[in-house]
Amino acid sequence: MEILTWTYLLVGLSFALYIGIAIWARAGSTKEFYVAGGGVSPLANGMATAADWMSAASFISMAGLISFAGYDGSVYLMGWTGGYVLLALLLAPYLRKFGKFTVPDFVGDRYYSNKARVVAVICALFISFIYVAGQMRGVGIVFSRYLEVPIEWGVVIGMCIVFFYAVLGGMKGITYTQVAQYCVLIFAYMVPAIFISMQLTGNPIPQLGLGGSLEDGVPLLEKLDGVLADLGFAEYTSGRKGMGDMLMITLALMVGTAGLPHVIVRFFTVPKVKDARLSAGYALIFIAILYTTAPAVAAFGIYNAINSTAEKKLDELPNWIATWEKTNLIQIEDKNADGKVQYLADPKANELTIDKDIMVLASPEIAELPNWVVGLVAAGAMAAALSTAAGLLLVISTSVSRDLFKTFKPDISEKKELQIARLSAAGAVILAGYFGVNPPGFVAEVVAFAFGLAAASFFPVIILGIFSTRINKEGAITGMLVGLVFTIGYISYFKFISPELNTAEYWWWGISPEGIGSIGMIFNFICCYIVSKYTPAPPAHVQELIQEIRIPRGAGKAHDH
Amino acid sequence: MTDRQSKSSAYWKKNLQTLLFLLAIWFLVSFGFGILLVEPLNAIKIGGYPLGFWFAQQGSIYTFILVIFIYVVRMNRLDREFDVNED
Repeated sequence: MEILTWTYLLVGLSFALYIGIAIWARAGSTKEFYVAGGGVSPLANGMATAADWMSAASFISMAGLISFAGYDGSVYLMGWTGGYVLLALLLAPYLRKFGKFTVPDFVGDRYYSNKARVVAVICALFISFIYVAGQMRGVGIVFSRYLEVPIEWGVVIGMCIVFFYAVLGGMKGITYTQVAQYCVLIFAYMVPAIFISMQLTGNPIPQLGLGGSLEDGVPLLEKLDGVLADLGFAEYTSGRKGMGDMLMITLALMVGTAGLPHVIVRFFTVPKVKDARLSAGYALIFIAILYTTAPAVAAFGIYNAINSTAEKKLDELPNWIATWEKTNLIQIEDKNADGKVQYLADPKANELTIDKDIMVLASPEIAELPNWVVGLVAAGAMAAALSTAAGLLLVISTSVSRDLFKTFKPDISEKKELQIARLSAAGAVILAGYFGVNPPGFVAEVVAFAFGLAAASFFPVIILGIFSTRINKEGAITGMLVGLVFTIGYISYFKFISPELNTAEYWWWGISPEGIGSIGMIFNFICCYIVSKYTPAPPAHVQELIQEIRIPRGAGKAHDH
Repeated sequence: MTDRQSKSSAYWKKNLQTLLFLLAIWFLVSFGFGILLVEPLNAIKIGGYPLGFWFAQQGSIYTFILVIFIYVVRMNRLDREFDVNED
């Protein structure tokens, strides 16, 4: 069968599966809509968390990012997995014991203040919108590349699917579709990785293949270091970023991961505190399968790309180059007219430009795998984008219906609240779709925002809310605002106001905008502490609440107080 | 202080000790071996991997999983020991 037929078949089948699950898992109550009734098993929740977490960017772009960054790409690998340690040890069990539905719920109750709640809602909405627009764009790109439909139509089709199961099923529908989506995406990621690892190193396990040797007995990484150095690039296994910047970016990504509302909310869905801890462990295993394979895909990809193009005659290039040249993801320009391709660090002499997304998207063709694998990768990328989009839409709709509506109009009926939740999910899908079709030019730029803001706003006040009995509402509100304003200010300055100054020389303390969330977080901690010290301690019922959440016994299913 | 209160504060203290110990490991394998000490560790080779690079792109992630599961086992034991478990 043709590639296109396979792709239609596999993507179509996976969509049918998601819709089938959505119909089976319809939400009947607000509790089912917000936290899937609180009865999800830790294993299923771990899988759903993994699918929720791994977005189109993790699936399509991360390996390519590491291909070109080499050792420096480790910040993403450590940052996006290390956050789960913080989540498991410092947040998930206590928030599960607290037992309500959202992060602003916790902030509002623990800091006995609707002002604090509103600040938290605004952060949650902002972070989730930034993220979801990128996912919709990802859906559109996958559609246009593999199914040859215009990006706009791709976004609309994606919107309809997400609309169907997020609006109908709420958290319950989303959780069980995410379990299916995880299976699709991990299978699609591993199949080409295993084959390429076999071809290059003879070892079918990519994690071992990365440390393995090529046919001539030279270790892959050593060979890659040499090849890149010859072409004028930095060695693959050594870094170019400053050590301080590496530390700060890794920290910001870790803390940001632990502070993302769509990840935290997943731990409200399991029955017990014990399950929340275990579930974070399962989630990290499922995530690690992809995250330890990605650096292997990265190294194999860049090695293959250089090997099959550098100094090769233009008319003897492999077929996949021509296929992907059509999409502009690979560009070749014979500048010195010698009929061969030169890949060099010097931009004036370099003749080959490779987009980072190629390392995953073209991997089945590079490895000369059968046509069905190409269709599988398309279905996998789609699963990654849709699962993350759905999780984010739920946070948005919950924030509107519960954190805003219910707070200021506490007497609305459950039926009405569910209606509002569904309506706001629908509104969010349409808005996200709009941004997917007309992406603001800065979508890629603002990803740093999402992590920086989560790190600088939520993380410190949640941690202090659990581990300190002295931090009060004045401290928390000041802390969140200072962290937010500082981080937004710094990122906006270097990304939008004066992008020409965005170099190490002008950064404060040599920290790039990607890593500044760490500093925002520290400021947040300091403000919380100092302001709380000079203002009255939290009232007795809050002290009791804190003692209560520190002890596992007595956690009912997530409930409405 | 009632008996229940002193028991729960002892539980909390044990919990914090566990956290500090596990977070120290978390810090050591990622920020320590993966970033701060990466250069000296790269002089050691394991198979085709320079050791520092291995920690940054593989080893730290495996250790993170281990850290969470040690936490799960240890906390379940603590919960029973202090009679604050859920079942």
